Amino acid sequence: MSASLQAAVQEICQACGNDRTRVMDIVREVQSRFGCVTGEAMDLIAKTVSAHRVEVEGVVSFYAFLSDQPKGEVVIRLCNDVIDEMAGSERIVRAFREALGIDFGQTTPDGRITLEHTPCIGMCDQAPAAMVNDVIVTRLSSDSVWAMVRELKAHMDPKRLVQKLGDGNNAHSLVHAMVENNIRRSGPVIFADLTPGDALKKAVAMSPQEVIRDIKTSRLRGRGGAGFPTGIKWDYTRSAEGAKRYVLCNADEGEPGTFKDRVILTEKAELLFEGMAIAGYAVGAETGILYLRAEYAYLRAFLEDVLNRQRSRGLLGKDVGGKRGFDFDIRIQMGAGAYICGEETALISSCEGLRGDPKNRPPFPAQKGYLGCPTTVNNVETFCCVARILDKGPGWFAQLGSQGSSGTKLLSISGDCKSPGVYEVPFGVKLREVLKMAGAEEALAVQVGGPSGQMVGEKDYDRSICYDDLATGGSVMVFGPQRNLLHVVSKFLEFFVEESCGYCTPCRVGNVLLKERVDRILAGQGEEADLAYLQDLGQTVKMASRCGLGQTSANPVLSTLKNFRSMYESLLRKPIDGKQLSFDIHQALADAQTVVGRQSVHF
Amino acid sequence: MSDTINFIIDGVEIQGREGQTILEAAEAAGIYIPRLCHLKGLTPHGSCRVCTVLVNGRPQASCTQPVAEGIVVESESERVQQIRRDIIDMLFVEGNHFCMFCEKSGNCELQAMAYRFGIPTPKFPYQFPKRGVDASHPDIFVDHNRCILCGRCVRASRDLDGKHVFDFVDRGPHKRVAVNAEARLADTNLDASDKATEVCPVGAILRKRVGYAVPVGKRLYDEKPIGSDIEAAKTK
Repeated sequence: MSASLQAAVQEICQACGNDRTRVMDIVREVQSRFGCVTGEAMDLIAKTVSAHRVEVEGVVSFYAFLSDQPKGEVVIRLCNDVIDEMAGSERIVRAFREALGIDFGQTTPDGRITLEHTPCIGMCDQAPAAMVNDVIVTRLSSDSVWAMVRELKAHMDPKRLVQKLGDGNNAHSLVHAMVENNIRRSGPVIFADLTPGDALKKAVAMSPQEVIRDIKTSRLRGRGGAGFPTGIKWDYTRSAEGAKRYVLCNADEGEPGTFKDRVILTEKAELLFEGMAIAGYAVGAETGILYLRAEYAYLRAFLEDVLNRQRSRGLLGKDVGGKRGFDFDIRIQMGAGAYICGEETALISSCEGLRGDPKNRPPFPAQKGYLGCPTTVNNVETFCCVARILDKGPGWFAQLGSQGSSGTKLLSISGDCKSPGVYEVPFGVKLREVLKMAGAEEALAVQVGGPSGQMVGEKDYDRSICYDDLATGGSVMVFGPQRNLLHVVSKFLEFFVEESCGYCTPCRVGNVLLKERVDRILAGQGEEADLAYLQDLGQTVKMASRCGLGQTSANPVLSTLKNFRSMYESLLRKPIDGKQLSFDIHQALADAQTVVGRQSVHF
Repeated sequence: MSDTINFIIDGVEIQGREGQTILEAAEAAGIYIPRLCHLKGLTPHGSCRVCTVLVNGRPQASCTQPVAEGIVVESESERVQQIRRDIIDMLFVEGNHFCMFCEKSGNCELQAMAYRFGIPTPKFPYQFPKRGVDASHPDIFVDHNRCILCGRCVRASRDLDGKHVFDFVDRGPHKRVAVNAEARLADTNLDASDKATEVCPVGAILRKRVGYAVPVGKRLYDEKPIGSDIEAAKTK
């Protein structure tokens, strides 16, 4: 075993050029071949790529899809986000437990199947859903779970679970997925047709500076959520000093309730890659990297094929778009299960083969990014907008949407609505109109922008979806009148606790403390003072955290305290005789007795 | 002239130099900004967030934020101090800190910081995590119960000792410092003379057989509160 491991590790590292910065690819490959990355494997990898073992261990232990403990040949990861729960994932949880005879976090005694939970896998419009290795299974029911487990036990081939193919390219032989696109509303920017090469050829007919000028004129802002003006970002990247420049595409769509990039990658990959090539031309880069979240690994072979087609069309490779001397190509970097890698500097760390820790700013990626070189990181949807702007003109784009937010926006709508799916709407659209489109007029609350966004109610439904009002990277989660919003808040906090990188104190500790207090209130042990406690603690986490995750993780608490305060108040109780409600003498004694290992003689 | 940068901290005009961080420039002017993960001589880490200040109203870690002409920095205001108190509280409840019998007591930066901020007891609930102790090394022991994940040992071993004995593993609330071996510090090439053994702000990495050598009343922070050496420079 050890000799074969050694040979395999050496071969895998060799294939990655024994390059320290390719550790993500190396450990992913070791994981897929051996079911884990053991300490022995870490030692071997470290020696081969001239790193330290503890650095490799740091990487392996950071990402949820990597493990130093053996896992089954088949790993089932059931999505546990709140939308899946609303779609009945509890029944699915029971069915899996019973059908496999194990609990979550365990592997069957024969070592063949491992059962786990995972946060949002980008299938909220067809929940409940799960990953079986790289295969996606959607719209699960108890019956389908039992059938799945029978099939797996018989053949151990997750591909055989896909019986009915989804629409569009989901049915492509290289995708072969039961996933549905659910495109409910097409718009002129993302879902319109484009003849491959048209946009790129218009770009290379101009100077790079003129391309950047056009992007500035279009007033395009980043579609990932932060909304930074794309033209300015490119300008900084182009004018920063560096031997090489890089274009990174953030396809680590991890915000719960977001799945629009999945649909772009499935149906509009050419548009995306053309946009990346235009960015490469504008900033002066030769290399682009598509950082693809591990949950979308089922799209990888297809995307590689699209890249090949782009190369054969002359839209990637040498003299791209017929422009002498403009060489640009794209490689795919797979993630390994970490929401934080959607933060642009964490994404860069991950591409460099490191833990997905965000980096200190300054320097900004445009100054010193990937491998210390000027780098622009843009969202999947942003690159698609870029290609469209070059094709149709910045003026055409700028007249779409609203003054501060030009163009259209893809929304991923899920939860309590009749038509969950992807909607391309002009910026500035009222939330109420969006809810009407999706058949969600009854909504009690809407989470705009995912857990890191805001939870709003009826009085805010006439506000607009745009950067200056209700900003969103795309996630719109609808909660009907039957839902317990505080439970939703608790689920969101659980997500942030799990997904915090742990680098800075307020996020690492603060989210745990926020969840503890929300759960206390949910359990009927909350007091009046807890609301001020949550407000202050939330404010500290928001103000003091180092990156966007911690700066927004308290939003579920802060926005519900603002918009749904009465929901908290209805759960509060008055202390009796000055006693703290949360203190349970019997529980405290039980804990103490467990520690000392004997019964109290008095109680 | 050109490399002097003028800015304001809490209403006081300060001159910094190009390339300095806010924390460094303030320190040079005799203004102490509380910090735990930062240590002179190590690459700024920006992780503990105790040195948070408001720069033109925006929160920033002063140990990583460069000075810039004309910025207005808020450091000792009540809202900034509240953030710092909360963070110190968080560090106390996150680990298992028993000052009364810790070898580092009186020389501990976390404890001294709590005294500086007048924190008698944390307002957050204790998490009581289960953490281990590694006493395998002949000269040094590691008590993870007291670790505040500041990364000083990681940086000192990597950048000053050129060894990489320590690094972070796991993530989120499970994040911890691990050693460059299967499990034991004794199996690394750590030497008692390494800089990494001297930089721990708390009692997580300690030298063996020298605990409690200095009597109460004579310990580092018994005599001078933390930060007072920097502030003394100003009053002169």
